[in-house]
Amino acid sequence: MNVFNRLLTSVAIGAAVSMSSMAAYAETPANMLVIANRIDDIITIDPAESFEFAGSDVSRNVYQRLVYLDPMDLEAGYKPALAESWEVSEDGKTITFIMREGITFESGNPVRAEDAAFSLQRAVILNKTPSFILGQFGFTPENAAEMIKADGNKLTITTDKKYATSFILNCLTATIGAIVDKETVMANEVDGDMGNTWLKTNTAGSGPYKLDSWKPNDSVTMSLNPNYTGDKPAMERVIVRHVTESASQRLLLERGDIDIARNLNPEDIAGVTAAGGVKVEDELKGHLMYLALNGKHPVLSKPEVRQAFKYLVDYEGMQNSFLNGQYTTHQNFLPATYLGASTEKPFSLNIEKAKELLAEAGVEGLEIEAGVREAQERIEIAQSMQNTLAQVGIKLNITVGTAKQILGRYRARELDMYVGIWGPDYPDPQTNAGTFAYNPDNSDEANATGLLAWRTGWEVSPGMNAAVEAAVTEGDRDTRIQMYQDIQKEFRDTSPFIVMFQRIEQSAMRENVMNFSTGQAVTNAAYWPVTK
Amino acid sequence: MALTNESNEERPMRALFIDRIWPTLKVVISTIGSIAVTMLGLLFITFIIGRVMPIDPVLAIVGERASQAQYDEVYQQLGLDRPVIVQFLFYIWDVLHLDFGISVLNARPVSEDIARVFPATLELATIGIIIGIVTGVPLGVLAAVNKGTWIDQIARLVALIGYSMPIFWLGLIGLLVFYGILGWVGGPGRVGIFYVDVVPSVTGLILVDALLDGNWDVFKSAFSHIVLPASLLGYYSLAYISRMTRSFMLEQLSAEYVTTARVKGMSEWNVVWKHAFKNIRVQLITVIALSYAGLLEGSVLTEIIFSWPGIGSYITTALLSADMNAVLGGTVVVGLIFILLNVLSDMLYKIFDPRAK
Repeated sequence: MNVFNRLLTSVAIGAAVSMSSMAAYAETPANMLVIANRIDDIITIDPAESFEFAGSDVSRNVYQRLVYLDPMDLEAGYKPALAESWEVSEDGKTITFIMREGITFESGNPVRAEDAAFSLQRAVILNKTPSFILGQFGFTPENAAEMIKADGNKLTITTDKKYATSFILNCLTATIGAIVDKETVMANEVDGDMGNTWLKTNTAGSGPYKLDSWKPNDSVTMSLNPNYTGDKPAMERVIVRHVTESASQRLLLERGDIDIARNLNPEDIAGVTAAGGVKVEDELKGHLMYLALNGKHPVLSKPEVRQAFKYLVDYEGMQNSFLNGQYTTHQNFLPATYLGASTEKPFSLNIEKAKELLAEAGVEGLEIEAGVREAQERIEIAQSMQNTLAQVGIKLNITVGTAKQILGRYRARELDMYVGIWGPDYPDPQTNAGTFAYNPDNSDEANATGLLAWRTGWEVSPGMNAAVEAAVTEGDRDTRIQMYQDIQKEFRDTSPFIVMFQRIEQSAMRENVMNFSTGQAVTNAAYWPVTK
Repeated sequence: MALTNESNEERPMRALFIDRIWPTLKVVISTIGSIAVTMLGLLFITFIIGRVMPIDPVLAIVGERASQAQYDEVYQQLGLDRPVIVQFLFYIWDVLHLDFGISVLNARPVSEDIARVFPATLELATIGIIIGIVTGVPLGVLAAVNKGTWIDQIARLVALIGYSMPIFWLGLIGLLVFYGILGWVGGPGRVGIFYVDVVPSVTGLILVDALLDGNWDVFKSAFSHIVLPASLLGYYSLAYISRMTRSFMLEQLSAEYVTTARVKGMSEWNVVWKHAFKNIRVQLITVIALSYAGLLEGSVLTEIIFSWPGIGSYITTALLSADMNAVLGGTVVVGLIFILLNVLSDMLYKIFDPRAK
């Protein structure tokens, strides 16, 4: 639905609602949580493979991990979960976890160190997309059994070199750190797949909920895990219904047929805010909207030109118009709320300053191409850039295309400029530092398509590469924070990336819904603390 | 004598075969042949479209963070490294075994997904077309009989609105008024949230399953959810059916045999329904079949607005997510429906129009 239709619909609904009161609304049962969300991104529910938002939401509520992020206290960082404590060896390469006793899976099987070792080994051996999170510690399918071991009630993890303990534990809070029931999973193994096919659509966890059904593009239903050993959640049943259209979500919420609507557009957010009985809660998410200037371009690679472009973004204008309420200005590669994230915002639209910098670089009559994937916000950002660049005599040609067309060219380092969105993979600063600010080999032969810095053709300085490597091994938390602050400052000043905005998620919910968290930037939605 | 007797018995059998069975068999063989050739063409075209579209199923699976090695591994797993013709032959072989492959996005067999989403569309489309026929045909006849009068004007206006109003707009306003404000009907979804998975799925048609289970609460909930989207689709069918009915009837009513019937003193009812209407049945069958096929193909916008998990939104989501197995499977099913409805229309022609035999 285009912007005009969206506005028209919202205006019509708003007008009609204001003229007549809604019919008496129904309430969902007190022990049931009903959510409208877009869940068509769920590919699999296997935690060793799941890497999408809606799938990770399911995983967070169905599986426990060795350590977890408390949805009611996310700022505190990781806390003990299935592991009640841990010790780090003197050389810093081995962590020994002591498993909590008396916890059971939904099958009734006890949670053992053996299950934890199996789960992590399995994620490495299956080698699915998110396996790189564990692969960072030197784990490979060949050495997984050697590096991850269970011994009675203890689980030991030995890494290839010393890493910051916070880095390892932060990674273990991600979806891939979920502990599965070895007995149940292996009973459903087919052709040596370690239960991958079965776990795509079934669960074997020890979390507050168990999965009742997942109907693609329709609904996810969860109910209480009868063998959950923690405090019994108030919501005994959770239904997440796939509702694509914002206006439909709004009607369902206003009628009281759902408790939470997670995908309302700015017009509908404004509409429900005006209506009674509904509240809106904002949470900063991890997604960053950025521009990347190709480091292989003879003009765009000049330091003055990179800086000039940072003054040619109308941050405030976009934030207050088409991005209203959905994004906030943010100019650093670590999302706000991440460990060590900088909130400095030194750039604003300054045409004169940009002209000076471009004159210093000797730029005249520049014409470049921007690649944009077919998403409304990105196209509008490119159009805004087209406008401001025209004011300094730069012609921007916008090429809009599918992921295959645009992302393919970005990965092949063919685009002059790319308008992108990046979401962190796990709640540790290394997740973004390691891709935005790290590129040890910028040659074409390196083909390091996983690194944004390589895709952008940025020859990262040896000093910054070393700083990123050092920060990930630094044991002292405060020192580590300072190291990331320094890296971000240098990044802002020298990089060809223009980080512009950080995503805000606005959840509209009935006023009686309490303690709902989408997990902010660091994790996913949690249903067990919710009360009504 | 024995030989003669045998010959006498064989002759009527041969005559029966030549006169009766063979023509029917010929029709059956030619129909099956025609379906097979059309299906092969459909498979070929959808397969080629799937290959030339600028979407990458591998990227859809591995995500943009994947390394080149992970990308290459999945590329090979999907068989995309084989020559296109080989891929096509494998695809035909699989389809012949009713295997549309695994959805690359949700890891389930596409045939299972289609078996889940198609009944939702079938239920919606069938009620929609019934509403369209029951209201559209009489409206068209009434407009033709009263050509130029206010009745005709109203009928044409109703059809015009149906043609020109964007369906998402009408759907949302309908939802707002009848669900949001009046509370007469259920909201988006096939059934109320409390009745999800309450009755066992036997046919996949919730109304039928609820009846089979004897669960009236679920039936009422499902009915209250289907009535609005089905009426919406019915209205769009009505617009098309009534306009075409009016046009066909006007042609018949101006024919000489109608004037003759009237001159002979036949009642207007008999003239309209027993003579004129009887002669438009064949044309009307085509119109209704096309309309029904269109609804069965899935009305994407209606399904999106009403969160109706039907085949239209299934194919669209698959297309946007680069799930080519699902797109091809869905397209083949939709194509098959068109072909079968065409065959059905042809058979009905022969019943209603002796000249077509």
